[in-house]
Amino acid sequence: MSLPDPAILIPAIAHELQAHLKAKNIDNPRFVGIHTGGVWVANALLKELKNEEPLGILNVSFYRDDFSRTGLHPQVRPSQLPFEIADQHLVLIDDVQMSGRTIRAALNELFDYGRPASVTLVCLLDLNARELPIRPDIVGATLSLEQNQRVKLTGPEPLAIQLQTIDNL
Amino acid sequence: MIPPAPKCPLQLNDQGRLRHFLSLDGLPRSMLTEILDTADSFLEVGARAVKKVPLLRGMTVCNVFFENSTRTRTTFELAAKRLSADVITLNVSTSSTSKGETLTDTLRTLEAMAADMFVVRHAESGAAHFIAEHVTPNVAIINGGDGRHAHPTQGMLDMLTIRRHKGDFEKLKVAIVGDILHSRVARSNMIALKTLGCPDIRVIAPKTLLPVGLEQYGVNVYTDVNEGLKDVDVIIMLRLQRERMQGGLLPSEGEFYRLYGLSEQRLALAHPEAIVLHPGPINRGVEIDSLVADCPRSMILNQVTYGIAIRMAVLSLTMSGQNEQRQLDAEKQESL
Amino acid sequence: MRIQINGARLIDPASKMDQQTDIFIDDGKIVALGDTPRGFVADQMIDANGLIATPGLVDLSVSLREPGYGRKGSIASETRAAAAGGVTSLCCTPHTKPILDTAAVVDLILDKARDEGFCKVFPLGAFSQGLAGEQLAELVTLRNAGCVAFSNGLIPFKSNRVLRRALEYAATFDLTVIFHPQDPDLAEGGIAHEGAVATFRGLAGIPETAETVALSRDLLLVEQSGVRAHFSQITTARGARLIAKAQARGLAVTADVAMYQLILTEEALMDFSSFYHVLPPLRSLADRDGLREAVKSGVISAIASHHQPHEADAKLDPFASTEPGISSIELLLPLAMSLVEEGVFDLPTALARLTTGPAAALRLNAGRLAIGAPADLVLFDPQGQTVVGEHWQSRGRNCPFMDHVLPGAVRYTLLNGKVTHKNVS
Repeated sequence: MSLPDPAILIPAIAHELQAHLKAKNIDNPRFVGIHTGGVWVANALLKELKNEEPLGILNVSFYRDDFSRTGLHPQVRPSQLPFEIADQHLVLIDDVQMSGRTIRAALNELFDYGRPASVTLVCLLDLNARELPIRPDIVGATLSLEQNQRVKLTGPEPLAIQLQTIDNL
Repeated sequence: MIPPAPKCPLQLNDQGRLRHFLSLDGLPRSMLTEILDTADSFLEVGARAVKKVPLLRGMTVCNVFFENSTRTRTTFELAAKRLSADVITLNVSTSSTSKGETLTDTLRTLEAMAADMFVVRHAESGAAHFIAEHVTPNVAIINGGDGRHAHPTQGMLDMLTIRRHKGDFEKLKVAIVGDILHSRVARSNMIALKTLGCPDIRVIAPKTLLPVGLEQYGVNVYTDVNEGLKDVDVIIMLRLQRERMQGGLLPSEGEFYRLYGLSEQRLALAHPEAIVLHPGPINRGVEIDSLVADCPRSMILNQVTYGIAIRMAVLSLTMSGQNEQRQLDAEKQESL
Repeated sequence: MRIQINGARLIDPASKMDQQTDIFIDDGKIVALGDTPRGFVADQMIDANGLIATPGLVDLSVSLREPGYGRKGSIASETRAAAAGGVTSLCCTPHTKPILDTAAVVDLILDKARDEGFCKVFPLGAFSQGLAGEQLAELVTLRNAGCVAFSNGLIPFKSNRVLRRALEYAATFDLTVIFHPQDPDLAEGGIAHEGAVATFRGLAGIPETAETVALSRDLLLVEQSGVRAHFSQITTARGARLIAKAQARGLAVTADVAMYQLILTEEALMDFSSFYHVLPPLRSLADRDGLREAVKSGVISAIASHHQPHEADAKLDPFASTEPGISSIELLLPLAMSLVEEGVFDLPTALARLTTGPAAALRLNAGRLAIGAPADLVLFDPQGQTVVGEHWQSRGRNCPFMDHVLPGAVRYTLLNGKVTHKNVS
């Protein structure tokens, strides 16, 4: 299978995002990236959009729903949201959407900071493997993987998508 | 063959992750660093409007205090609540044990309350280990202080204070001053500093307050406070209790203050940017001068804030280790 | 009853015998060694090939716990444990309830031992009334009832003056006094050896000087009073050296050490296990090595079990709240064998410290095998193994060696020619 190149996806996403925001009359949204891959993608997007606003960083470790099964392995960097959340329009960015649970955790965390005016979800890749009814508003590319395949985003510079095969399933 | 081999660390699960938090002894540097890093994240939580995360939602943390303490108890309560856990506090010192109930019977009763975690404080060294050994294994035991032996969360919050305000342990000189002999805080601090790579750990006290054999643990012993405080980056002052005047340990609080108390002049012997820590509650005019306790280099109030974050970190990591062990045990059962 | 024991290697330290020989027993006594006596027809033959025959062990300090401490043990249970350990003569300590300070209690113990026991019991009388360290007990009356020596345990005398007087009284009647040297003020509040391990475990320490200060005082008072003295449960190397010096200048004092003290050190307290809570405490490696030297050289001429059985609850608490004591009389020979295997001393020396040494210290008619002597002996298998706890006899399971596999196994114990213990697989 041929893997998409982020260098091509990012400009396409940027373009689509601008159109989406304009259609919704959203003027000056703040960008929030989900640590780690989402932050890389967000930075690349902000650069593409020539946007110099500060980026919010979310570490969702404390909001995951699998704590009672897999515990806490926090690749810890604290969340940093250098702006008010209440009444703010947000663009939430992640690298790969799979089950949707990470996004759910991110939304829960954001709401503990305040009540945003709106949240637009941007993902670099959608793997069509939803377990929750959460869908990105803007997607770079959709991929369908075999049972034993995973994708990983490497970065921050250059961004690249890698395919991994897991042997022991 | 004899003596028997040391037991596998009671506080670690099969993957080497924390399942109880009993003492800092034997924990690798990477684990202490992980606790500090996790605490940093929780500090951030404490700084925002909604100071809660849902990590321990639905879980019950039981404070079991055989020895009274308001400060430690309330910070543990706060930490557990910020993790969305339910908290109950049992002051056992005032109830059953004074009626002659054995510790093991008290534990059975507590187990029946189905808490997920006990935070224990006890007047005897080794009590937390004893409780961890005799309670059902899937209840996490957190040591809130046992006799003279250990106060691991205090040790870690002191380390967090040092790291946040002075940086890399490997470059620091740290002095611990006061009643080392009776202090579980001193013991936990010494172990933590050693593990984190501090090259110059100093204890300063009169001989009567110095336990035997400290040098064997890589600690430098001073009886002259003016020598010991020279150029140090961190000063940890310990509380001097009234009872020490009996039994020939010290003649008076006054003499102790004159010889070992942290006055402004003594503080000046240390590095100009040295910070001052104290586990609290402080005895003004006994181990520390009021002006020093309130000066900008005093971290005493910060320690309280860091204490909440450290306890949140310890509660989460230990609960995580317990969950992991439960998972491992279930997998082992299935494969049988 | 005639018994013939074939093919054993007989080691009798008292006579320095060490040879393969047959043993012939009749009517509770040894009647011959070597060739079959004329007309001897055995009622029972014991095949002792591969086994070592040695005098039954003499244990100078055993807490039988009766009368008064039934939860911890009884004369029946603990002498049975003693027999399992190859012990045929033991001294029971005066810490009973009521205390061993009246002839009535002595009689009770001796009667029970005769009727229900598995061992010869030599009571140690209380040195002071109620063990309170104030008034002398009726020493001569107790001696006449059967006490072989007198001890106040770890409980101090109220003053040096009272102690001196007590020693002079005992000396008048040629009675032996047993000392457990520990200065109560230096030891106060302590539960572990004052050293690096106790420091980092936060356990209150008992310094070396608690033993050496008391020991020095005791030795000088012994010299002044001329009393026969035995020093029990020495734990420091310094203490052993003090005793050696006293012996060198002509003071005829003897000493014993606990078997476990030759093996365990303060390191055992790392995990706060209450099974290692003993009084006086386990000390440093240097102390242990010093004690081993003293045992080897004979300065310490006896090894005792200092057997103290406890019920489970007594050990089920944080360290400082537990009761001190180890139950280990059944393991005297296997533990001795482990020391022999480690090269600490040779087997005849080890056996001497367990038989003739203790017997001589208290002038007991025991600890030797000779023609005409009572048939008190033990047959043990040096190639065998003891799995600790497998056939445990003592009521107290408070033994840190539980589940360990130790070298050597007691196969037969005979008391007055009767088999009191048998373990052949």
